[in-house]
Amino acid sequence: MTHLICITCPKGCHLSVDEANEYTVTGNACPRGAAYGKNELLHPVRVVTSTVRVDGYTPPRLPVKTDRPLPKEKMFDCMALINSLTVQPPVQTGQILAANILGTDVNLVAAKTI
Amino acid sequence: MKYDLVIIGGGPAGLSAANAAWEDGCRSICIVERDRELGGILNQCIHNGFGLHYFKEELTGPEYAGRFIAMLRHTGVDVRLDAMVLEITEEKQVHIVSSSGGYEVLEAGAVVLAMGCRERTRGAIAIPGTRPAGVFTAGTAQRYLNIEGYMVGKRVVILGSGDIGLIMARRMTLEGAKVLACVEVMPYSGGLTRNIVQCLDDFDIPLYLSHTITDIQGKDRVERVVVAKVGPDRRPIPGTEMTFDCDTVLLSVGLIPENELSRGAGICIDSRTNGPAVYENMETSMPGVFACGNVLHVHDLVDFVTAESARAGKAAAAYAAGARVSSSHILDIRNGNIVGYTVPQHIHMDAPFPAVDVFFRVRAVCGQSRIVVTDETGAQIASFRRERMAPGEMEQIKLPRVLLEKAQGAVTVSVEEDEP
Repeated sequence: MTHLICITCPKGCHLSVDEANEYTVTGNACPRGAAYGKNELLHPVRVVTSTVRVDGYTPPRLPVKTDRPLPKEKMFDCMALINSLTVQPPVQTGQILAANILGTDVNLVAAKTI
Repeated sequence: MKYDLVIIGGGPAGLSAANAAWEDGCRSICIVERDRELGGILNQCIHNGFGLHYFKEELTGPEYAGRFIAMLRHTGVDVRLDAMVLEITEEKQVHIVSSSGGYEVLEAGAVVLAMGCRERTRGAIAIPGTRPAGVFTAGTAQRYLNIEGYMVGKRVVILGSGDIGLIMARRMTLEGAKVLACVEVMPYSGGLTRNIVQCLDDFDIPLYLSHTITDIQGKDRVERVVVAKVGPDRRPIPGTEMTFDCDTVLLSVGLIPENELSRGAGICIDSRTNGPAVYENMETSMPGVFACGNVLHVHDLVDFVTAESARAGKAAAAYAAGARVSSSHILDIRNGNIVGYTVPQHIHMDAPFPAVDVFFRVRAVCGQSRIVVTDETGAQIASFRRERMAPGEMEQIKLPRVLLEKAQGAVTVSVEEDEP
């Protein structure tokens, strides 16, 4: 049995995950918590948010995010990719700046319209 | 220049108030914002986790702000950017100054205060030591990094476990800095538990509870800090000192509602919240002036700021249209055992509300407990069960009118912890 705090929402449910019993989750207030508890032990994932450089624009950074969570161990590789990008305005919120990053089906998208 | 409604501040509170007032038919609205764009602090909060309550999806700060800014584009709300409000008078004249418009006086039918809050600084908590560069409030560092694009340091110690400090621990780590420790004077964290998990635990950053910084050393730049354990009296315990070699100290030691304008206008400020005391319709002690968001009390979640500010916007629109709420029967709400404050502090019992949402924070971590609402005779008018409460997480209860009408005199909200 592993005890976790759910990070899916600000409620922060105290979860118990039973590895011996098909990763059954208790203590969750919603189905997202059950999915989180199981995933967190089998293959933890995180959304990465950061900024990319914008050419000739004030302020010089554009906020970006991965449109889905990616494997936790790929967070720093994702950061290296983000820091290698430069974009030109205009950019729309949700616009894909890099597709299928790091061999995942996750895209890097703009989080602001400039 | 005359407006039915002037909103001071274009962050999440001001944006929500403006949209709600417009929806309710107010057609002469001006938002005054001192920054170069709308959105307020959400613009620098590039992490996700916003909007789960309001939009039922997880957004970053700029996306959350962007949705409200987009809604505003379909309205005729005037927006003054790069404009600073200097004064609000009793006649609801709003004095503003900007480089484009010079000095102007806006005549307002109603005013919404949505100025937000400021961070407590090193001066506010009096950390001993030298005064080198490299000591920032966490929010200032967040702005430098996320908006201006400057990395503020390489080896970081964070004092305080407020949410902004925790978020910055992760952010600085992802950008290549080494965050050595997060140091919290209280025996519990000031931030949301999820942020301890995803910002500290994910990156093996140690959290030292019941510890504080006792010395900052360095000539031109921070060179090291001394951290010591504190006793129950929050005083450092000699002999427990640890030294961290670092070039940066980030402070996440609390937020203070920014009420210079409110005080200047003579609005009654509640010393428990450091914000205006308000009625159930978010009206302050000055008729026609409403307050919402972090200027009123510091929130954890922007979704609640949005909901609260929509109430303020609607009430301000009604006031500007000539509606008046009778103040012949006022019910006061007081804070009792373990409860630090309540918002609202007063209720117009003659107003036609079906129920009043009361927000508060507990002063200490509570396990299984009951929130109890009593009147002056000691009679219990409502009670609510909770599994767990913490000072870092705002609580909310709904008091229906039928229950409030039973109260004899003021009502008190208190917490009774179950026997272990």
